[in-house]
Amino acid sequence: MPETFPLLWRLLHWLMAAMILAMLAIGISMVASLSNYHALVNVHRPLGILILVLVAIRLLIRIFSKSPPLPRHMPRHLRFAAHASHWILYGLLFALPLVGWAMLSAAGYPIVLYGPLHLPAILPHSDQLYALLRPLHTALAFALFAVFLAHFGAALAHRFIFRDGVFESMAIGSRRKDR
Amino acid sequence: MSDNESSHPKNRYSFAGKLRPLAGIGVALGLVVAGYAWAGGFLAPGHLSQTLIVDTFQDINGVHPGFRRNHAKGVCMTGWFDSNGNGSRLSRAQIFQPGRFPVYGRFALAGGMPMATDTPASIRSLAVNFSTPNGEDWRIGTLDLPVFPFQDPQAFAAQLRTTLPDPATGKPDQARIDAFFAGNPASAKAIGIIKSRPFSSGFANASYNGLNAFLAIDDKNVATPVRWSLVAADPFEAETTPPNDPNYLFDTLIARVQEAPVEWRLVLTVGEPEDATDDATIPWPAERTRIDTGTLTVNAIEPEAPGNCRDINFDPLVLPDGIEASDDPLLSARSATYSVSFTRRAGEHKNPSEIELGTTRPAKGP
Repeated sequence: MPETFPLLWRLLHWLMAAMILAMLAIGISMVASLSNYHALVNVHRPLGILILVLVAIRLLIRIFSKSPPLPRHMPRHLRFAAHASHWILYGLLFALPLVGWAMLSAAGYPIVLYGPLHLPAILPHSDQLYALLRPLHTALAFALFAVFLAHFGAALAHRFIFRDGVFESMAIGSRRKDR
Repeated sequence: MSDNESSHPKNRYSFAGKLRPLAGIGVALGLVVAGYAWAGGFLAPGHLSQTLIVDTFQDINGVHPGFRRNHAKGVCMTGWFDSNGNGSRLSRAQIFQPGRFPVYGRFALAGGMPMATDTPASIRSLAVNFSTPNGEDWRIGTLDLPVFPFQDPQAFAAQLRTTLPDPATGKPDQARIDAFFAGNPASAKAIGIIKSRPFSSGFANASYNGLNAFLAIDDKNVATPVRWSLVAADPFEAETTPPNDPNYLFDTLIARVQEAPVEWRLVLTVGEPEDATDDATIPWPAERTRIDTGTLTVNAIEPEAPGNCRDINFDPLVLPDGIEASDDPLLSARSATYSVSFTRRAGEHKNPSEIELGTTRPAKGP
């Protein structure tokens, strides 16, 4: 049985999970809603930047601290899938807010976070760049949703099929004792 | 499944004989996908959305690549705004502090045809971006109308669809148009107000109204409903017979700016508690307090080109701190719909604008 992740790491995981799921829901609904568009966009921008900050913190923790090892008997293809999907998740969680920030920059929009707080443009004003980045943002969001589904399905499989303690290593309030 | 725990650890990772938990996981994932599909409107195809409104514009006007789906025929301008500080009574936005701030913007005709012929009754628009040293932008979209003819995006879209050509005749069906106004008395009344006023002869002597209400927020966070107007300094001149020039409104504007800078007063009309903020079809009473906040000066006109007003989305909800959206349902709908039009045209091959008369010499530098 693997040991658990440190509590702070687990809290960060579940906080970010809630934020990312909310972000995907906000993103997919705002582009189809006339009445809620403005309110949703006003949450989407600062929440995306907050996720960018948190994923940078997560990456530093991941690099500089030791993760609990995967179970010894876990087959090689599942180990590969686990590691690959995690690094894809990290990549997408960096790419989505950065592409969002870049596309707003290229469109010449002010990048307002809250009230007078705003970010500088990270690209010059260019409708051609915007035309590339705007669909890329959507494509990456669908990719993130697909990877989330795989991650969620795998978590449930660890919990209900493999029963190998991997789910519990990231869970909060499971019966296993923290070590 | 209890024997799973006691069997060899390697067998944990086999799916054989684990149909029930597998099915459960499948159902869980399916529910997540269904939830997001619902949130994205995929379960209600045909619901009124920003995409549908832009599609309707394209159905009516055809697709003119690179051009706005509405207000397609236009020209860019630059100039400045001299703020006199009066606006700071209502709003903490930096634009209302005394000073001179750069502006750019766009004059256009309402409608989705980039090669439309100018007529005395053409509805004119003026969009302006105000930039302040703190890095904020304020974008306004204004029309030379006293009120907007539609209360909400539903009415706007319903009326838009009545202007689609009837497949049988190739022309819009007047009976459908009449039925719309019979069923939407607020729109009929607004059209009456619009038709009761004379048209001005040009862009420069027209006054423009923001029509939607906004909230001015002061430094104590007190919100005051306002509507803004750009009031022409040039004397009003009623339209007579137009000259024989399909671009005469734009050509006259260009000549006027070459002669001398053109000015408008930026006026805030202060709403009282009984004034509707969520209905742009209703004018506010004429006796409402009007605050003159300064002068907008336009000193150069240039054709649409890469990087200028052509590639800017004059989203009415690009607002500085100190101005907020009201409860007017048109505002969020405009913001959403302009974004779709902007994204579509950004990726399209650009055709030259009808207004291609070279850059005018700035009449006087700021």
